[in-house]
This record gives sequence, C-alpha cells and structure tokens, in this order.
Amino acid sequence: MSATLELQGVGRTYPTGHARVEALADVSLAVQPGELVAVMGPSGSGKSTLLAIAGGLDRASAGRVLVDGQDLGALDAHALARLRRRSIGYVFQELNLVATLTAEENVALPLELDGLRPRAAASQAGTLLGALGLRELAGRFPEELSGGEQQRVAIARAVVGERRLLLADEPTGALDSLTGETVLRLLRRQCDAGCAAVLVTHDARHAAWADRVVFLRDGRMVDQTAPADDLDGPHDPRVLT
Amino acid sequence: MSVRHSLLALLERGPMHGYGLKSEFEAATGQLWPLNDGQVYTTLTRLERDGLVEADTETDGQRSYRLTGAGRQELDAWFSRAVRRDLVPRQELAIKLIFAVRSPSADVHQVIQRQRAATMRSLQELTRLKGDGDDLAWTLTLDGLLFQGEAEVRWLDLCEARLAGAGSPGGRATPAKGHRAEAGERVREGGRR
Repeated sequence: MSATLELQGVGRTYPTGHARVEALADVSLAVQPGELVAVMGPSGSGKSTLLAIAGGLDRASAGRVLVDGQDLGALDAHALARLRRRSIGYVFQELNLVATLTAEENVALPLELDGLRPRAAASQAGTLLGALGLRELAGRFPEELSGGEQQRVAIARAVVGERRLLLADEPTGALDSLTGETVLRLLRRQCDAGCAAVLVTHDARHAAWADRVVFLRDGRMVDQTAPADDLDGPHDPRVLT
Repeated sequence: MSVRHSLLALLERGPMHGYGLKSEFEAATGQLWPLNDGQVYTTLTRLERDGLVEADTETDGQRSYRLTGAGRQELDAWFSRAVRRDLVPRQELAIKLIFAVRSPSADVHQVIQRQRAATMRSLQELTRLKGDGDDLAWTLTLDGLLFQGEAEVRWLDLCEARLAGAGSPGGRATPAKGHRAEAGERVREGGRR
C-alpha cells in the first residue's frame, strides 16, 4: 500500500534578518490511506508549518513531500494548484466558509472550481452532506450554523470529490468539549472510510482519536506512539497511570 | 472507590443478590474496576450490620438484599457530597520525576517523552472504548479518565518546558548532559518562589 502523504527528511528555514530560523528539521512521516495521524507539540514547535508544507501551501527548504506519489517540489504552480484542489482538503481553526453561500454551496464550491457544472456539483454536495448526517444544514448560511456545525460543513467541503488527504489545524479550537467531539467523530469516520488525515492539535484528548500521535519539539519529531513495550510492570489497560 | 455506596445505588432499583450486584457493578463501569466476590460479600455484611440493607430469606441458596430507609438516607447523603480531592495524592509518576530530576544518570527528557507517549496510548485506547457513545454511564466514566490523562500530558508538557527554561537561558529543549542535575535544582528552586 502506498502512502497518501509522505514527508522525507523535510526541513524548512526562514530568513529573519541576519539569522535563519529553523522551523522544521529532518521530519519524515508517512500517512497511509485510512490513517489518522495527530501532530502534537507546543506553540512554535512547527506543527502548522508541517501542515502547510504537507498541503503544498508552503515549500520545504529540504527533503521531499509526496502526495499520492507525486513530488510537490517537482510540480509547477499550475500542477500544484490542481493537485491541491483535487487531492487535498483543508480544515482550519479559523472558519473559512464563504458567508454568502449556503452550506451546500460551500461544499460544492471546490467541485465547481474544478470545472464541474453547478447542478452536478450541488447534487454531489447534497449527497455528501446527507451521508455525513448534515442534510438539514444544507440550505443554511454559515451565520445560521453553530461553530460545531460550521466545522462539520468545513470537513464535508474538505473531503468532497475524490480528495483523499485531509489536513486539519486545530479544527476544534473554540468549540466546547461535546461539540468538539462531534467534529472529531466525523473526521475519524472519514478516515475509517479511507481518507488519510493529519490533525494538528495541542489537546491530548483530541489527538487520542488518531491511530498514531507524533510529537514535535523545536521543529523536530521527538517521539511517536507505538505499541507498548516500555511500561513499568504488567500493563493493565484499565489503569491509566 | 466507594464499593459501599455503589452497592447501595444498585439496590435503589430493587432487591438483588450478591452475584447480581457484582455483575451489575461491572456492567455499569464497563469492568474498569473489577470486584472480587469477597469484596462484595464483606461489604454487604457490613452494610447489613449498619442497618443500611436488609437480607431477605434465602431462596435457592442465595440471599437477596434490599435497601432500608437508613440506606436510602446514606445514598442521598453520598450523592449530595462532593468527592474529596486529595491535596497531595501519592503519585508514582511525580515520584519518578522527582528522582529523575535529581539523578546524575537519568535522562529526564527521555522519562518525560516516554511517559507522554505511554499516556497518549492509554488515551487512544480509552477513546476507542468509547465507541459510538451510546452507553451514557460508560461514556461519562471514560470521559473522566480521558480528562485525567489529558491533564497528565499537559503537566508533562509543562515539566518539559520548565526544564528547558532551566537548562539554558536560550530555552533549548536539551540541556547539556552534565548540567542536567543542576537544571533540576533550578526547576525546584523556581517552583518555590
């Protein structure tokens, strides 16, 4: 099985005056179809940079980024834009639904941008909203939706069409615990249905929905969850500490 | 954990015998806290001695227990009180960190990272156990454990950040090896101010 997303020795440095800031250094990570990977780390650890580079929104200074086997660094601007449009969905903490479009029109938008006729796009968007249990939201405008509903619509928009890589940056940021959970359940379901996803979060309860959690510190991957082999004494899953 | 009050709460819904109480308790808590038979029967004997439950006559060799008026009052009182949160619980991890910080040989960062990954794994397991969240009592129990685990991860993050700050003014994540014990001392002193 080939990875949907693969980072190979990725680095990113920014020039700031005379010095250079190393935002990411030698990060390697493969995300398989159906896999949800959470990236955790303190502010400034490089989480969002990693996501921007994985999504082709920023360029790596070193290493390679492959989405569906295509090397993003080898694509020209047009090809990269097409890949972003067709293969990658983004969900950010900042809600970025278009205020003048209904939920269904928001979900249909990426399809229309990709050349699908409006009616076909709307029909596909409506079907997806129904499948995600969001049918009753279809005709509403963003301002008529709660924060949690807006984020679920944003996830629908991120996966509409054939896009198999979902990148989410603190998608539950301002939501209460219960509403946040509905968003994460939807994200989890998309992965169970075959999407690959990267979830950036600083919240361990949210990261716990992932199959694997990687930890970033100062732009480097310092650890990741793996099968238990380093526990004190017998491991009893009923005992937390 | 109050086995005593849990049994009273189960008897609120009607008389039950010892084995039924044990299995109902484990079903309600998703078998997170398995009870042994001895625990159940010892507790029932004490509850009976204190007049909080009554035993009916034996049928099929089993005694059936029922809540008394005093038992009902005790149960109401239990629900009306908050659980005491110990100010300084004995905590295995805190003890390990205290000695890792002071140890000339231990790598505190490794201790923290390993624990964070392990706690994260527990959180993943608990999240999987949640399933669809259809069983409310079970979901509430898991939520509680998830929040505790999350708190531990945040605490470990803070430990690491304090340690980095104590290691060098530049705040690098990895203080030089020889300075580790010294860094720990400074963390400790910093915490007292």
